[in-house]
Amino acid sequence: MSTAPAAPATSAGQEDPIPGRIRARRSPRPGTWISAVIVAILALGLINFLVTNEVFDWPTVAAYILDIKVVQGVGWTLLITVLAMILGTAVALAAAIMRRSENPVLRGVSWAYIFVFRGTPVYTQLVFWGLFTVIVPRLAVGVPFGPELFALETRDYFPAFWAAVVGLGLNEGAYLAEIIRSGLNSVGRGQSEAAKALGMGNGKILRRIVIPQAMRVIVPPLGNETIGMLKTTSLVLAVPFTLDLTFATNAIANKLYAPIPLLLVAAIWYLAITSVLMVGQHFLERYFGRGFDDRRTTAPKGGRPILPPARPMPSVES
Amino acid sequence: MTSTDTPAAAEQGPALISIEGVHKAFGELHVLRDCDLTVHSGEVAVLIGPSGSGKSTLLRCINQLEEPTAGKVRIDGVTQGYAEQELPDGRWQKLAPKDIARQRSRIGMVFQRFDLFPHMTALENVMEAPVQVLGRPKAEARLRAQELLERVGLADRAGHFPSELSGGQQQRVAIARALAMDPELMLFDEPTSALDPELVAEVLAVLKELAEGGMTMVVVTHEMGFAREVADQVVFMDQGAIIERGTPEQVIDNPQSERLQGFLNSVL
Repeated sequence: MSTAPAAPATSAGQEDPIPGRIRARRSPRPGTWISAVIVAILALGLINFLVTNEVFDWPTVAAYILDIKVVQGVGWTLLITVLAMILGTAVALAAAIMRRSENPVLRGVSWAYIFVFRGTPVYTQLVFWGLFTVIVPRLAVGVPFGPELFALETRDYFPAFWAAVVGLGLNEGAYLAEIIRSGLNSVGRGQSEAAKALGMGNGKILRRIVIPQAMRVIVPPLGNETIGMLKTTSLVLAVPFTLDLTFATNAIANKLYAPIPLLLVAAIWYLAITSVLMVGQHFLERYFGRGFDDRRTTAPKGGRPILPPARPMPSVES
Repeated sequence: MTSTDTPAAAEQGPALISIEGVHKAFGELHVLRDCDLTVHSGEVAVLIGPSGSGKSTLLRCINQLEEPTAGKVRIDGVTQGYAEQELPDGRWQKLAPKDIARQRSRIGMVFQRFDLFPHMTALENVMEAPVQVLGRPKAEARLRAQELLERVGLADRAGHFPSELSGGQQQRVAIARALAMDPELMLFDEPTSALDPELVAEVLAVLKELAEGGMTMVVVTHEMGFAREVADQVVFMDQGAIIERGTPEQVIDNPQSERLQGFLNSVL
């Protein structure tokens, strides 16, 4: 809540306005130096091992890193990650809001959903969704005990790809629900009250006031979960869905009898995607952090009216 | 001194706010006991009393942030929160949430802790409700918000986030935010209690200007100087009940009850 303007920076060449500025010499830290040297030697050793060990077979890594099957695998993995996270977030938001409801049915269903989907292995759930068309061969809408209005054969509409997305998304939703719930709870009661006093309805209060502020708390763990999801997609083999990055590299490895370089190919791609996701997370955090940071430098540039520079307290005071 | 008539009341028409026999209990805790209060259009009522005396709860009953356990609140003759007609079995029909929201939207409220929306600039805070609740076009709401910020002396702070404003500035933005809805009356819940002493005056100045402009106001405050200067009606509450009421001269300068005398001795 500081209103004081930033102290003028002392640029080089000008006379220092602070007389007798302290020129400090660091206190010696031999322990830090010794440990830094040890760690550096270990790190160099590791790099040396990675580069010189024949088993890693870097030429094969280079040959397959841009293989069409691998690149397509990256695409499918990304697509499943994004769609499953979107589905998971939507389901989680609904579950979190239901958990806050006064209605015991809504609260109970939300609790049961989280209980089941968080309490069973995601692998098991993926196998289940893979078998969905066997368990539920036909979906029909109609009057109970009465005539059927329409029906569809599930296997025509539920290919392995969607089984993978639904399986991963619903599992993720159970975790995200708790994250979103704690985010919603982190917004003070005064905020809803102020909005209520202005005549806003519950839906608007959630959408305009509570969720934007909750996002600040939700985004960092959401980023974690997205990176987790990226790697969990390697389990879609359970459905079975067989076009993702892990399956693609495994297939090539089996053909070449060279598992290790293809594992490296997959690892490098997962790392690359993670890096991209981290950049996205950074921008999301910056966007939803606006107003919570005293430093103007973090404010987004575009779309915002140009602000007058902060000046000392205006003359209207008192 | 428990007469409900004040000199200002005599000259004015029907009551804008009329609170009749309001009780409020939180479980076993009985925080409001049979409170009556009448505020006429253009009048300023100041609620004083020790902390925990129920002033804020009574204020919050006016815009339904609290539901009375018994009794009625009417604004401009309209019962708040319930249908006018009792049901045949003697129960009261509660209004739908959107109708309650509409009733609230005509009453401005300013909180002790400001409660500005931290993710919006000062200007966006003031524009929010007119755009979202009244459906006004953004350009129009923006102009009006700028006008209101100017009125509270903060035209040059429009683009600042609440975290970049002093407490006094935040509270003035909060007042502008409430005024943006063109309320029929304004409620102030200890608007200066969270402020550093040197920032109190700038907020009280805005309140005074509003009062002089004819705004109907109910103010919970510990600022006796403000009460004496601006109030038409001062109401003293203790332990959930209204003990004394009248003009500032009657209540502050000639307290009748021992409780009020004790309270005034402790705050003056």
